[in-house]
Amino acid sequence: MPASWKVRTGQVVAQAPSSPRGARLRRGLTGAAVLFAVLEVLTRADLVDPRYLPPASKILATTGSILVDPEFLPEVLGTLRAWAVGMVLAVLVAVPIGILLGSSQKVYVASRALVELLRPVPSVALIPLAILLFGRGTDMKVALVVYASVWPILINTIYGMHDVDPVAKDTARGFGLGRLAVVARVSLPSAAPFVYTGIRVAAAIGLIVVVSTELLAGGSEGIGTWMLARSASGGERELVYAGTIVAGLIGLGLNALFVLGDRRWFGWHQRARGDE
Amino acid sequence: MVGATRSDRLTTAGGPSAARRLGGVANAVALRLAVLAGFLVVWQLVTTASGSIFFPTPVEIVERLWQTVFGGQGTPILDHLVPSVARLLGGWTIGSLAGIAVGLAVGASGRLRDYLDPLIHFGRAIPPPALLPLFLVLLGLGDVMKVAMIAFGIVWPVLLNTIDGVQSVDSQYLDTGRVYGATRADRLLRIMLPAAAPKIFAGLRISLSIAVILMVISEMVAATNGVGFLLIQSQRTFRMLDMWAWILLLGILGYVLNTALLAVERRVLRWHQGARRGADT
Repeated sequence: MPASWKVRTGQVVAQAPSSPRGARLRRGLTGAAVLFAVLEVLTRADLVDPRYLPPASKILATTGSILVDPEFLPEVLGTLRAWAVGMVLAVLVAVPIGILLGSSQKVYVASRALVELLRPVPSVALIPLAILLFGRGTDMKVALVVYASVWPILINTIYGMHDVDPVAKDTARGFGLGRLAVVARVSLPSAAPFVYTGIRVAAAIGLIVVVSTELLAGGSEGIGTWMLARSASGGERELVYAGTIVAGLIGLGLNALFVLGDRRWFGWHQRARGDE
Repeated sequence: MVGATRSDRLTTAGGPSAARRLGGVANAVALRLAVLAGFLVVWQLVTTASGSIFFPTPVEIVERLWQTVFGGQGTPILDHLVPSVARLLGGWTIGSLAGIAVGLAVGASGRLRDYLDPLIHFGRAIPPPALLPLFLVLLGLGDVMKVAMIAFGIVWPVLLNTIDGVQSVDSQYLDTGRVYGATRADRLLRIMLPAAAPKIFAGLRISLSIAVILMVISEMVAATNGVGFLLIQSQRTFRMLDMWAWILLLGILGYVLNTALLAVERRVLRWHQGARRGADT
């Protein structure tokens, strides 16, 4: 018996990533269903106070109903809009600066020192300052998303530009390409996967920052504001659970988009994926 | 050809002058100090020139922080710093230990991972601050809520990295362990855990920065002490200089924690870098 267990672990460790897709999907669904059933039984059998944990079926039903609720959807859109505008601005700011800074060895070392200096300040610590500067509206959210997202994109762009194979650059120069042409046709494509990784990291941070600002600066629209109001009213707990699930769905959706983009554009590049 | 150049570089770097390497380190430190000084000078000049009440000069900010920490007047800073750090480290330790323990179990069994994969990915996808309303409802305003929220928010990167690390353990190590008669617990703790350690530490570093964010946010929304509380209080009463002093304090706290974790990592993983260098030569 122990012998067979040993053999199996050896196989499983080697095979784990390549177990058939259908089986993995089935097991994943089973896992979710078991969790659902356990939660449902816990509350139906009065083992857990339903004021703390409403029945899972009720939470799911509430999630479904707020997803089509015309009063809830603008809150989700408000969150997503602030996030998207901030991300676009951050890319427009960080990528050109990163390309400039990454092209020179000295500036590269100096900029790394500066980034290490500024990075420890958690971006949410700047929320109070942003409230004073920009008020409590969308502008404030966008400004904070830009600040928090610029750093990972900048660092990754600088790193990517710095990491370009010098032989490839010399070769391009040997073929008579000018400085700009070398940047556009050798350095940029080679740095692109790193830039993308930076944007992907920044996207997660940006979402954290948007939700945080919404929790603190009530009055502005957004899923964070909505959830905090529901939790303060104390009445319908399943609404708070449903809001948390929607927040998770937003995260999953954005993550899936980025994985898709990664596969489509950078499937050829191994290091970009290893950089996670 | 590229491979040849790289190994050339390796031999020169590994071989001769420790003095030159020392010079390189000194250079890097000097450059870093120069960048820091330049940054401070520019900051000082810009804020002095603008005269904006929102942006006090760095000299004033440092002075204010120094006064509150060592001046002995007003709020004793320890009453706020200690609870903050305690919540942060408490939540981070609980979440990390849970993540490593569950990650080892799940990673050692491919089947268990299949069952839990969607749930783990969903847990990770929730932006951690979005958990705050739920934890407020469930656990109230106290310290338990903050520690629980930090633990729940940071467990996912540790868990995923541990699973990943365990699953990428070289199967030769496991086979060797089996040949030498290692028990199941031995293999888990003495082969898989060390082999997964580099990835686990990567997860711990990510989770530390998330823990700082969650500590600040939870103290801003619901607390009567802590650095996050001080920060939001100073904003509400328009005390700009105090606000900047607390931002600086949080920056220092983040830097110290990160440096401490890096030092631990370097110590714990010394064998790892050594092993790699051995493999190179």
